[in-house]
Amino acid sequence: MEQLKTIGRELAMGSQGGFGQSKEFLDLVKSIGEARSKAEEDRIVLSEIDILKRKLLEPDIPKRKMKEYIIRLVYIEMLGHDASFAYIHAVKMSHDDNLLLKRTGYLAVTLFLNEDHDLIILIVNTIQKDLRSDNYLVVCAALNAICRLINEETIPAVLPQVVDLLNHHKEAVRKKAIMALHRFHRKSPSSVSHLISNFRKRLCDNDPGVMGATLCPLFDLITEDVASYKDLVSSFVSILKQVTERRLPKSYDYHQMPAPFIQIKLLKIMALLGSGDKSASEIMYMVLGDLFKKCDSSTNIGNAILYECIRSISCIIPSPKLLEAAADAISKFLKSDSHNLKYMGIDGLGRLIKISPDIAEQHQLAVIDCLEDPDDTLKRKTFELLYKMTKSSNVEVIVDRMIDYMISINDNHYKTEIASRCVELAEQFAPSNQWFIQIMNKVFEHAGDLVNIKVAHNLMRLIAEGFGEDDDDADSKLRLSAVESYLQIMSEPKLPSLFLQVISWVLGEYGTADGKYSASYISGKLCDVADAYSSDETVKGYAVSALMKIYAFEIASGRKVDVLPECQSLIEELLASHSTDLQQRAYELQALLALDARAVESILPLDASCEDIEVDKDLSFLNGYIQQAIESGAQPYISERERSGMLETTDYHSQDHHEVPSHALRFEAYERPKPSSLRTQASTELVPLPEPSYYSEAHQPISTSSVSERESSEIKLRLDGVKQKWGRPSYQSSTSASSTPPQAANGTSSHPDVGVGSSSLKPRSSYESKKPEIYPEKQRLAASLFGGSSSSRSDRKSSSGGHKPAKGTASKPPKENPIPVQPPPDLLDFGEPTATSVTATDPFKELEGLMDSSSQDGGSTDVMGVLYSDAAPVTTTTSVDSLLSELSDSSKGNPGTYQSQTSKGPNSQEALEKDALVRQMGVNPTSQNPTLFKDLLG
Amino acid sequence: KIERSERERGRKMGIRFILMVNKQGQTRLAQYYEWLTLEERRALEGEIVRKCLARNDQQQCSFVEHRNYKIVYRRYASLFFMVGVDDDENELAILEFIHLLVETMDKHFGNVCELDIMFHLEKAHFMLEEMVMNGCIVETSKANILSPIQLMDKAH
Repeated sequence: MEQLKTIGRELAMGSQGGFGQSKEFLDLVKSIGEARSKAEEDRIVLSEIDILKRKLLEPDIPKRKMKEYIIRLVYIEMLGHDASFAYIHAVKMSHDDNLLLKRTGYLAVTLFLNEDHDLIILIVNTIQKDLRSDNYLVVCAALNAICRLINEETIPAVLPQVVDLLNHHKEAVRKKAIMALHRFHRKSPSSVSHLISNFRKRLCDNDPGVMGATLCPLFDLITEDVASYKDLVSSFVSILKQVTERRLPKSYDYHQMPAPFIQIKLLKIMALLGSGDKSASEIMYMVLGDLFKKCDSSTNIGNAILYECIRSISCIIPSPKLLEAAADAISKFLKSDSHNLKYMGIDGLGRLIKISPDIAEQHQLAVIDCLEDPDDTLKRKTFELLYKMTKSSNVEVIVDRMIDYMISINDNHYKTEIASRCVELAEQFAPSNQWFIQIMNKVFEHAGDLVNIKVAHNLMRLIAEGFGEDDDDADSKLRLSAVESYLQIMSEPKLPSLFLQVISWVLGEYGTADGKYSASYISGKLCDVADAYSSDETVKGYAVSALMKIYAFEIASGRKVDVLPECQSLIEELLASHSTDLQQRAYELQALLALDARAVESILPLDASCEDIEVDKDLSFLNGYIQQAIESGAQPYISERERSGMLETTDYHSQDHHEVPSHALRFEAYERPKPSSLRTQASTELVPLPEPSYYSEAHQPISTSSVSERESSEIKLRLDGVKQKWGRPSYQSSTSASSTPPQAANGTSSHPDVGVGSSSLKPRSSYESKKPEIYPEKQRLAASLFGGSSSSRSDRKSSSGGHKPAKGTASKPPKENPIPVQPPPDLLDFGEPTATSVTATDPFKELEGLMDSSSQDGGSTDVMGVLYSDAAPVTTTTSVDSLLSELSDSSKGNPGTYQSQTSKGPNSQEALEKDALVRQMGVNPTSQNPTLFKDLLG
Repeated sequence: KIERSERERGRKMGIRFILMVNKQGQTRLAQYYEWLTLEERRALEGEIVRKCLARNDQQQCSFVEHRNYKIVYRRYASLFFMVGVDDDENELAILEFIHLLVETMDKHFGNVCELDIMFHLEKAHFMLEEMVMNGCIVETSKANILSPIQLMDKAH
């Protein structure tokens, strides 16, 4: 047997040099495949870049060679290096007449370029040409490219042709054309708004592939505007019914499930259409009920559909019977051993709980199990569920757990999310003010740099306004408890900036309000903050403003202010600060200290942060003064527009809008010159006409060029809409200022930012610039949580359960044979066949171990098992491939029938070639990376 | 342009990327359905791979949340297939989509292995081009997916 195979390999090697690719390419792939580290891979790629740069300069590169270069470029970019030096070659290749080369060119271009890249212009013409091709595969290639490369500006260049192709005789073309239209709709809905009816039409296409694809754009359209598609409810329902009744071609079956991906898309659409619509929902009851009965819950794909049914039911107005069926399906998910199904179950529970709140109770234990599960994904999903089922009775438990979890994780993205959820729940359900403050303190302490600045503002507002009810006593207690907790927390090192801002503000407003703490104590604390976080200007600003308020309240109540020496030195330092904001605050504080009690009280009244300040934008209080000035001979005010002579700004806007097409590139070919008409036109133009009418008559019809010229000459004058950097504020800046919401500030409009004003804008940007990062701690955490070892053995054990043990042991698959059971040591390697003691004798179990464990139990894998075992005796001959094909069509059992099918013909040869290549390249399975040869499907 | 890309990012588009990465963390195939710069891709792939490889595949979900994506992944021998999807995608269905992809490649290559994908990177991409457009699953019939590729093979 061994000999036979060797002969086969030699033969294959002799007839074809590997995969028909050059030795260079094979070497590259080999070296990348065997690279042991990222650094090594980088070295290989960098030298490859050098090689290609040189090679691409050579004249007359044969096309086949060029194709290979392009693929090598794809490799370079895929492995994270820049190949922009050769983009142009990919573009050129897309012009080629040969289909394979053309497609490779298009592929590379779509991988390299985004739709706004300059080189795209060079492709639009090719695409136009290809759309007209007689070869439908060329048309398809062009449509593929359209879906990746066409942007808003280039849509008009290809739109008419794409629309024509919607009626192409080849279903593959119709399908891709509808997707191109889908893409246009996404890019620029207005460009195809008149073509929407085509999507409805294609839904009735007699090819199921086209129909299935059309569901994608329809899903988008219905999401945007449900009402216009209500008439399609019964069509969708009837399509779904037909699909479940196996009316579609068998080739759409997946693991004996008829067209499951189409079913799922239909269910998604039905969820949209039935939402809040009783009559539409009722139409769906039947088919949904049938699905629950029909779906095989022992296969993954069956469960996927069941899950989608649950989702649909949670969206529409369901019948009690359907709800019950959904609840049953969920409890099956939750009881399953598979984590994937548990996850789906928890998710389903979260959806259904909105409709029947008591459904979760019967699954309490399952939910707690999931919450405590070491699997982070499952845990998070469970927190999501808890978040949805929070009410005032359980808010304390849930939020406490959330906060513990929040403290424990390092993923900033999720930390932010869970922090904001804690805040939301606390705001909504807080049982007491003290508890609320406590929770907020924890959130700020542990995730202060991540929470939205609005949260801080809400907290400040809440402390200022109280909890709504007019109970001043409760409010002041709340404030006192806040002040007390802050004074305590302040001593902790390294608090987040946002938290310090809140603390400073609250201390400024209410630190001395209760009389419990003296002004000098509070001001000392504030100076400490400013001192300890001297690099944080925002915090310093808050601290200084807080100091100002403390002093103002003291002055207003008639007490004498003793500025602490450290405060004095802080103020002096800030008077010379580089930050104008801090300087301003320091000067204001200094000025305030010199004022008398009455003036101070009107500037900063006690506890007035919630008073609305009405800003008189028209400055009407100056009217008297102006009147007086005019009467005494002053010039009246001329508005800015009038002064600069910019009366027609609005005109420019509309004009500009109209002329967009004239700026855009034209993609249609130039018309052939028509000599006769030209002459007549010239003669008319030579007729001397009075100047003004000539202008309007002759130039209007040919307007595009002349008008754009006119405009370009004037373009330098167009300053409207441009933000001025220096000088008078342009209208833009004034609008942005007026659009900021009226803020509750303390005192007069001269410094509205005491609490939450201008300074609050700064921190936001600095937070946003901090992108979530993964810290090494997280890796450690993941490692400690999931510890990588010993997975392989148990994996195999568990997966073997679903298969009938007797079969398959008879023979080994050919490729497995030469692989010795001693791969090189590999630190990252887990779950590879090193742990052999259990399974070394049974190669089939070994293969099964490689299958996803989630599909371990149940029909589909059983079928696979049967197939594999049936196949086993034949594998040693040349028809390995034909066996797997039965997966897709598994009801027939005779492998012989498949061997005759043409599509599978080349495969056996390829398998041999592969083996031959192995030897030719010296990449034997014994060599560095045996896994390269491992069959993915086992 | 910035405004436009923001609008698109806000939109749900189903599949956002498909990655094939071996267990050493080396990328074997990458297809993005929204534009990311080279640096963004590199960072994203690094993060995802670290995240997924740190999970042992037994007794854990095949799903991981990452930033705004949900990653559905599945391991076949040495190769991880990772699909980044929007939050409201059906994870189980995506898991089966991955399997369909592997079955399709298997049907074409015959006992497909990592090396097949490396040697025929463009073909693997062609299959994906048939299966997914605009981030949507548009074709699931193996015959339809493979027929253009077979026709091209025949022509050469």
